Order: sequence, then structure tokens, then C-alpha cells
Amino acid sequence: MRSRKPLALFAAAAMVLAGCSSGGASDASTEGPVTLTWWHNRTTEPMKSKWQQIADDFHKTHPNTSFTIEPLQNEQFQTKVPLALQGNTPPDLFQQWGGGALADQLKSGKIADITQASSGWIGPLAKNADGWKVGGKQYGAPYLMHAVGFWYRKDVFAGAGITTPPTTLDELNAAVAKLKTAGVTPIAIGGKDRWPDAFYWAYFAVRQCSVDTLKKAVEKTELTDPCFLKAGENLKSFLDTKPFQDGFVGTPAQQGAGSSAGLVANGKAAMELQGDWNPDVMQALTEDKEIGSKIGWFPFPSVPGGQGDPSVMVGGGDGFSCTTRAATACAEFLGHLVGDDVQKILAETNSGLPVTPAGVAALKSEPHKVIAANMTKASHVQLYFDTAFPTKVGQALNDAIANFFAGQGGPDTIVKSVSEAAAGNK
Amino acid sequence: MMSAAITTRPPTAPVPHAPAAGGTRRRSRVRTRLELAFLLTPALLLFVGFVLVPIGVAAYYSLYSWNGFGPLTDFVGLDNYVDAFSGDVFQGAIGHNLIIATLSIVVQLPLSIGLALLLNRKLRGRSVLRMVVFAPYVLSEAVTAVIWLLMLQPGGFVDEILRGVGLGGVVKLWLADPSVVLYTLFVVITWKYIGFGVILLLAGLQGVPPELREAAALDGAGAWQTTRHVVLPLLGPTIRIWVFLSVIGSLQLFDLVWIMTLGGPADASSTMATYLFDHGFKRYEFGFGSAVAVILFVICFVFALFYQRFALRRDTAGALTGVR
Repeated sequence: MRSRKPLALFAAAAMVLAGCSSGGASDASTEGPVTLTWWHNRTTEPMKSKWQQIADDFHKTHPNTSFTIEPLQNEQFQTKVPLALQGNTPPDLFQQWGGGALADQLKSGKIADITQASSGWIGPLAKNADGWKVGGKQYGAPYLMHAVGFWYRKDVFAGAGITTPPTTLDELNAAVAKLKTAGVTPIAIGGKDRWPDAFYWAYFAVRQCSVDTLKKAVEKTELTDPCFLKAGENLKSFLDTKPFQDGFVGTPAQQGAGSSAGLVANGKAAMELQGDWNPDVMQALTEDKEIGSKIGWFPFPSVPGGQGDPSVMVGGGDGFSCTTRAATACAEFLGHLVGDDVQKILAETNSGLPVTPAGVAALKSEPHKVIAANMTKASHVQLYFDTAFPTKVGQALNDAIANFFAGQGGPDTIVKSVSEAAAGNK
Repeated sequence: MMSAAITTRPPTAPVPHAPAAGGTRRRSRVRTRLELAFLLTPALLLFVGFVLVPIGVAAYYSLYSWNGFGPLTDFVGLDNYVDAFSGDVFQGAIGHNLIIATLSIVVQLPLSIGLALLLNRKLRGRSVLRMVVFAPYVLSEAVTAVIWLLMLQPGGFVDEILRGVGLGGVVKLWLADPSVVLYTLFVVITWKYIGFGVILLLAGLQGVPPELREAAALDGAGAWQTTRHVVLPLLGPTIRIWVFLSVIGSLQLFDLVWIMTLGGPADASSTMATYLFDHGFKRYEFGFGSAVAVILFVICFVFALFYQRFALRRDTAGALTGVR
């Protein structure tokens, strides 16, 4: 009696725990009805209901496929995905940014190779799909691309006497000087969050290094080419012009009117190097309903003396990976997401750049059309380095860049952070 | 009670009615054990399952280089621990934790005692004041952090207030200056947690018998002497418990720092816990992160043990020791 009680309790506890996870445990291979557990990162409207709608519509035409949708905050994916992939019931379909993190996740053995399953629909995505490839195999697909460039206030530029957006670094420096004279913060940056700092280093790197060098660097996880060092030196000269707001290393990127997006939205700063998503962020941080028409976009300017192609863009994308349990149904759904109908719906939300030409053609917002055109003509789209490299290397690189922005370390420290993290040093 | 009676009985003394008494005793001892098993098992299971086992698992992971995917194959022994302790950033983080813990005791404790003594007096609006002091403690750390993050931006609410009252000269880059940021965070922590200390001490003050103050007053003790020699000694247990909670809280500091600074700029405000999250989760170095977690646990555990042994021994006598 005495010895059995703990056992009984243990059994009860085990049953409760098992009960929690039995939802997705049924083994549905290829045929028959299947319920896909879907983790996406659109926790806010309008995209949250758009995804629900798209899933419902898909279920109508594919009655065998239903969905359990769980929207999660971006940050949660960092912790929940590794745990889920280590467990027995990972989601069937989940947010995937591609690159080195995807390569890390492959080691779980649970990410489905959809090379075959996607062959019928992956074509129109062209180079957009590359970030979700590892070793030539397709392990997911993007549904929207993203690109980084300068968002600027047309009215503030005009007020400072800047008539055309800068196309070279010299012109950018001249614009910074003019804006300072006019008493406006030239550029806002959310240094507290670290990743906005990395955009600058990445752009100086892609302007300095040839496309081949960039590809090789990512492939070998190393920044040994001297062009990366030179990129850091160029960045240093740029930082020396003090283009940012006071105390920028403590500024959040997206929270409140004092954030970098908020400073531009409220006319206190003239520019911000940010992703295509920035207009939505700005709109939420100002009462100015006209903000959308007051901002414009221009690509990162060319930098003299570099090997880099000035058309190269830095960006990334939102995609999904499938896990092995219901890979067939999942891949079919991914194909649906990159199909013309869904891409047109996504184009209207302005929450990213459609991955197919048909989607791009449906874009309505002027700046987004410009960004998409720049993406199309870019000879290479460099995936954000923190995503392209294995996670531990990418984060170490971001930290080194952020420290550099805070006055610690130099161009060599940034380059070294990659080799040291790749070698396993902490 | 019963066993106490037994042990005080001289062992050589004859036992009257030994068989009968022994039977009752055995039966009641079995019953006590059954009761204990019944009452303790659920809590014990939860404790083992959600506290002890995870600690053991973390210790196991900490011996591997593991990115969280696939089986643990890359055994590295104690390398993760060596890496952690030899890194400047982690050393800095431990230092920051110690600074916060020390400041808590040196600054927050006198402040809490002062406020508690003040709020213990009969004064108009006392309950409102008590509520005001306690209110920040009710806010979640995340909410507190976001509010202060926004208020502390350059030219933000805090700067404007300071300038408004003629203190424009002390305005700093509160969150952006590496030499200031840790102390800025300490002020926010104090704002948030002072109410907890005050409430705790107010409760302690209710336990000071008024007769003692009266007696002291009759003996000619002034207000300060009464406070110093009668009230404070009687507050001892409360103060010691507060110090314990405060130090453990300082060692585990995370949410507020993470939201306000991410440990930056340039790691100037990192703590052991932010370092753990940054290098464990964000970098997918789960083996290394586990090692840092174990270090954090051991530091807290050792502190707790020593504190229990030397500072709290009298306060907890009878509650934690000498069950029978």
C-alpha cells in the first residue's frame, strides 16, 4: 500500500502529461485526413486573420487538411522551436527564417526535405528560395521577402535643402551634414536592440566585397577576406561623422515615440536604415495619419573603392518549414502560399515583398514597389549575416558589431568574432 | 512530544506496561508515517519532477557542447565551465550581480526601514501612502521595464522632470552610457521593490509590543534610543529575511535588465541570467547555457545554505530544524 501510492501518483501524472501532448501524436503519413499544427509569427492584425482565412480557404478545397493555428511572438521561436524539435510532437509547419538557423535545426532530423514535393511550384520564386536551401536541398520556402534600405522623411529632407535622395556615400555624408545644420537628427538607429547596428556593417560589407567573396564567406563561415576588415574601417569613418541621435546605443528600435522608428515617424530624425516593414511600425508610433505619404525609400548608397556590386541588397524573408510527420500535406500548403492568389493577398498587406513576379506586380504601395524593383535587379541578395551564419556565429557577430557601435572593439574584433565563434570559443 | 518524553526518560528505568505501550506507539508511528507519505508525496513528486530532475538534467547537458538539436554526442567535460569563468563578459556579469546585491543592502535596506517607520506612525493619509509605496511592486517586471525604458530615453520624461526642477545638470544618457546604465537600472529596481521591503517591515513592526516602547519611554529613552535599541533588534528576523530575498533576487536579476538594455551597451549591464539567455538560448549553445545555469544555481544555493546556517539559524529554529 505504502509503496504503491507514489507509483499510482506517478502513473497519474504521466497520464496527465501524456494527455497534454497526445494532440499531434497520431501518425498520418501521406493519405487520409491530417491536421497541421501551424506556428506562425503574425500575432497582430491584419495578417493574423489573413492566415486564418487562407487556412480556412485551403481546407475548403482540400477537405483532408485542417489546421490548428498557433501565432507566436518572434522571440518565442528561438526557444520553442529547438524544444519542440527535440520533443516528439513538433509543429507540422512553422516560421522559418532560413540560413544557418535552418542548418542547425536539420540536426534534429525532423525537418522535411521538400525538394521533390516543391518541384512543381518553386520555380517562380527563383533566387528568393535560396535561403531555405541547405546543401542544394529545399527545406522550406519563403512566402514574403524582406529588404533593408533607408526610409526617409521627404518633408525633413526638403526642409534641409536636400532635393534628391543620396546615391553615393559622399552624398549621404553631405546629407547628414545638411540635416545637422538644419537642427535635425540625421539618422535614427535602435542600437539597444543590436540587430539594427548589424544592418550597417552588412551593407558596408556587401559594398566592399564581391558577390563571390560574400558567398564563400557564408559557405565557409569565415570573414578572412581583407574586404571585411575594410568594411569595418569604412563603417568606423561613417560612425565618426556622428550621424545618429544622442544615446543611440540605448534606443529601442520599435517601442514608443522615443524609439528609432518613432523618432522618424514624429519628424525628429530624418532617416532610418530599416526593413521594408518600417512604415507599419512608424504608423503605430505617431498620431500623424499622413505619415505613409511623408516617407520615401532609397537603397543603401554605393561606396567608393569597393569590389561590391552597388545593386546588392541585404535582406531576408519569412518562410515556413515542414516537419516530417505530415510533410506531403504541408508542402502542398506551402505551394498554395506562393501561388498567385495568396501572393496577391499578401501584396496588399504591405507586410513584406511577394516572392513571385505575379505577387510583386500586385503591390500597391509606392515605396514597396521601389524596393521590390531593387530586389529584382539586385545581382545578389545577401541574407542577413546573423541568419546566414550558424546561429551561434551570427549572434556573436551581432554582439561584436553592437559593441563596436558602443565604442568597444574595432573592425578586427568584428571579423575575429566570427572565426572565434565558429571555432567554439565563447 | 511523545518521543521527547521517551528520550528524556533514563534508559535504565523500568518500563511500565511495556508491551501495551509499545503496541500503541508502533501503531501510531505507522499512522504518522502514512500521514506523512500521504501529505508529502504530491508536493515531493512535483518538487522532484520540476526542480530536482531539471537541475540534474542541466548539470548533465552542461558537460556537452550541444546546440539543442539531435543527440548529445560532443562530450567536453568541464570545458563549458572553464569557458564561462574565463570570459570577460561573464566575469563582468557576476560583478554586476554583486554590485546590485551590495547596493540593495546598503541603499534599499535603510530606505525601507525609514519608510516603514514613517508609515507605521499615525499620520493622515497613511493607508494611501502605503498603497503608493507598494503599488510599483504589483506591476509586472515587463511592464515596469517598458515604462522606464520609454521614460529614460534622452529628452524623455525623466530628463524633462529633472530640467523642470532645475536639475538639468545631472541629466545623463541613462541607458546609453556604459558607466551609468547599471546604476540607472538599480534605481528602477529600487523603485519597483522598495514597496515589498516596506510591507514586510511594516508587518514586522506590528510584532513589536507597544508595552516595550512604553517601558523604554518610562525609563527615559528618547525616540531614537527606542528605535535603535528596542524596535530595530525586534525587527531583526524580518530584516534578515528581507536581506535573504533581496540577495537571491539580485543574483537572479533578468526580466527588467533584458527588456531595458539586453545587458548592453557593450555588456555594461549584463547579469548572470541575461548572459545565460544571451549565450545559451540566443546562440543555440544549450550545453554552455546549462553550465552557466548550474553556476548560477550553485552560487545561489551556497549563499542560501550559508545564510540559513549563520544568519537565519535563530529565526528559523523550530521551523526548519528539530522537527520533533
